[in-house]
Amino acid sequence: MLQLERVVLAQGAFRLTADWAAEPGALIAVMGPSGAGKSTLLMAIAGFLAPAAGRILWNGSDLGPLPPGQRPVSILFQDQNLFPHLTLAQNLGLGISPRLRLGAADHRRVAAALDRVGLGGLHNRRPAQLSGGQLGRAALARALLRARPLLLLDEPFAALGPALKADMLALVGEIAVETGATVLMVTHDPQDARRFAGQVVLVADGVAATPVATADLFARPPQALRDYLG
Amino acid sequence: MAGRIGALAIAAILLALTFGTLALVGWRAGAGAGGFALGPADWAAVRFTLMQAALSALFSVALAVPVARALARRRFAGRGALIALLGAPFLLPVIVAVLGLLAVFGRAGVLNSALGWAGLPPVSIYGLHGVVLAHVFFNMPLAVRLVLHGWQAIPAERFRLAAALDFAPGDVARHLERPMLRAVLPGAAVVIFVICLMSFAVALTLGGGPGATTVELAIYQALRFDFDLSRAALLALVQFALCALAVGLAAVFALPAGFGAGLDRAAAPFAAGGWRRWVDGLAIALAAGFVALPLVMVGLRGVPGLADLPPVVWPAAGRSVVIALASCLLSVGAALVLALAVARGARWFGLVAMLPLAASSLVLGTGLFLAVHPFLRPESLALPVTVLVNATLALPFAYRILLPEAQGLEAGFGRLAAALDLRGWARLRWLVLPRLRRPLGFALGVTAALSMGDLGVIVLFAGDSAATLPLIVQQLMGAYRMTEAAAAALLLVGLSFALFALFDLGGRRGVAA
Repeated sequence: MLQLERVVLAQGAFRLTADWAAEPGALIAVMGPSGAGKSTLLMAIAGFLAPAAGRILWNGSDLGPLPPGQRPVSILFQDQNLFPHLTLAQNLGLGISPRLRLGAADHRRVAAALDRVGLGGLHNRRPAQLSGGQLGRAALARALLRARPLLLLDEPFAALGPALKADMLALVGEIAVETGATVLMVTHDPQDARRFAGQVVLVADGVAATPVATADLFARPPQALRDYLG
Repeated sequence: MAGRIGALAIAAILLALTFGTLALVGWRAGAGAGGFALGPADWAAVRFTLMQAALSALFSVALAVPVARALARRRFAGRGALIALLGAPFLLPVIVAVLGLLAVFGRAGVLNSALGWAGLPPVSIYGLHGVVLAHVFFNMPLAVRLVLHGWQAIPAERFRLAAALDFAPGDVARHLERPMLRAVLPGAAVVIFVICLMSFAVALTLGGGPGATTVELAIYQALRFDFDLSRAALLALVQFALCALAVGLAAVFALPAGFGAGLDRAAAPFAAGGWRRWVDGLAIALAAGFVALPLVMVGLRGVPGLADLPPVVWPAAGRSVVIALASCLLSVGAALVLALAVARGARWFGLVAMLPLAASSLVLGTGLFLAVHPFLRPESLALPVTVLVNATLALPFAYRILLPEAQGLEAGFGRLAAALDLRGWARLRWLVLPRLRRPLGFALGVTAALSMGDLGVIVLFAGDSAATLPLIVQQLMGAYRMTEAAAAALLLVGLSFALFALFDLGGRRGVAA
């Protein structure tokens, strides 16, 4: 279970506080105006920004001392989720072994993961030869292989068209169910939240609020959400 | 973490090499009979060093302006090749250029033959004007590239506006070109001044005697001929002070980047016609001739001698290649570690990486000589010391090539690598080396060529058995065996550029998108 214990994030004059826990397996949308600190929240959980105060816990143990790669976390950034000089198979292989020491069984797992996201047979392609949707699928396939219990999505599908984005979100949902992962997904689009997420964390006015059931939130939107939705 | 420790270790070595040798030199200088007092010959060396550097900088920059202006506003076949040729002297072994200049301006050279044919008295290339001539040969092309860069940085729209307002060429110069030159020229002149302050091989071959001895040359003579360690140390201290002063001076002016020039704008700029066309043509032809003719002469004189090179040439060539390979790997490896550390935010490593710019080959060499000679015969360490000093002196260049690429790598992929727990050796192998393949190849090529042609610290340490190829060329030259010297020089140029091309092409090949 992910727990934010009186966390304070600070960057210059910017401050963001969070004090809540996420249910295991929850699918949570992170919403709020630009610059409110949605990405900052994810970066702190992923280990790229140390909290100024408070602790981030996973199943009761403090994540603070762990570097990003050793946290129980997979993260998809807005872009640059794959190394352009490596093939798809190598990019996915990094999810199994960062030193790319892969046995025959590992190669089969990579091939299976590519099949799973609909990229079967493309293992020798480089990222430049793929479309935006295929890039997203490949990054998800790597997250599938890493099988970390916490999946963070920092708008990796923002550049995709609506239909493609809906496909990707459906895929995220399936993978989350298969791996039992807790998902935190930054989004601007209330549609995404309604369709995909059971809960919403509203980030506004220096506070990342406790997760609330999506239906309840949109039924009785607080002032900050009304301002954001316009 | 391992990278951080490596960067700290390299920084410690660099600090020890620069300030440690300096401390040793200072201690030894103070222990001498005369204390820290400079004799009249030493003052003469200081005066000559400053004067030749100032004159070299002045002439290089002054001559570069018309050439750069002509290259900026004219388009002709071979223009790109000519700009590339202007980059060549940077990688050219000094001794080869000196040989070429001797073939043109020397006693039996082209110029004096022509003068004799016309019944005029011959000119001598030795002394102040020879040293300045050689320095202009090396640095005028550098100045052209720096000034050309300034010219090309003036937006085309300004020239278009000037044309629309019917500016005469004089108005263009007043409103556009002179402000640019005021910004660019001081920096270029200071860079060249610093380079000439530290130049040793030119003074060794074309200078000498009471009226034309630089401080570096005086260090060499004190150490090799008089074996006066205290005086050598004192002179090394003086040389360091001069360099530190000049580098401080250079820091005051915004230094132009040395590698950026040579961009091409597709459309020809608005260029003045009439007689100015001919002036530009003349400037370009003279500059091209000045750079190319000495090289052509080395080729013409060297080819006949290639068939029977003296046997000492071959082992010397082998040693030079080994030294070049070892020092380029050392230098680029260290530069990469420092560049990666700086890209990750440890900025003070950048200052350490630039430190060798203030160190000269002979000052480092004197310090190392003082360090080893109580324990070992300096000759026995000639090759390792040469590798170490060459690697140190080339490090700033390698660092400057790698830094922007390392920063781009960190900005683009640092987080992804951290998120995937890509660390240490795996990060180097799967991220850094493949992404930086091209700049690494270029940096290896540049440092290998610089080291291959270096004629500096080796002269302090070399015995009869450990000569490098540049030293052999110099010795053949000193013995007036000019054909053999030219042939060996040709081999030296060939090997230098082959090493450069090998690494540079190796870096470009197989680079993924």
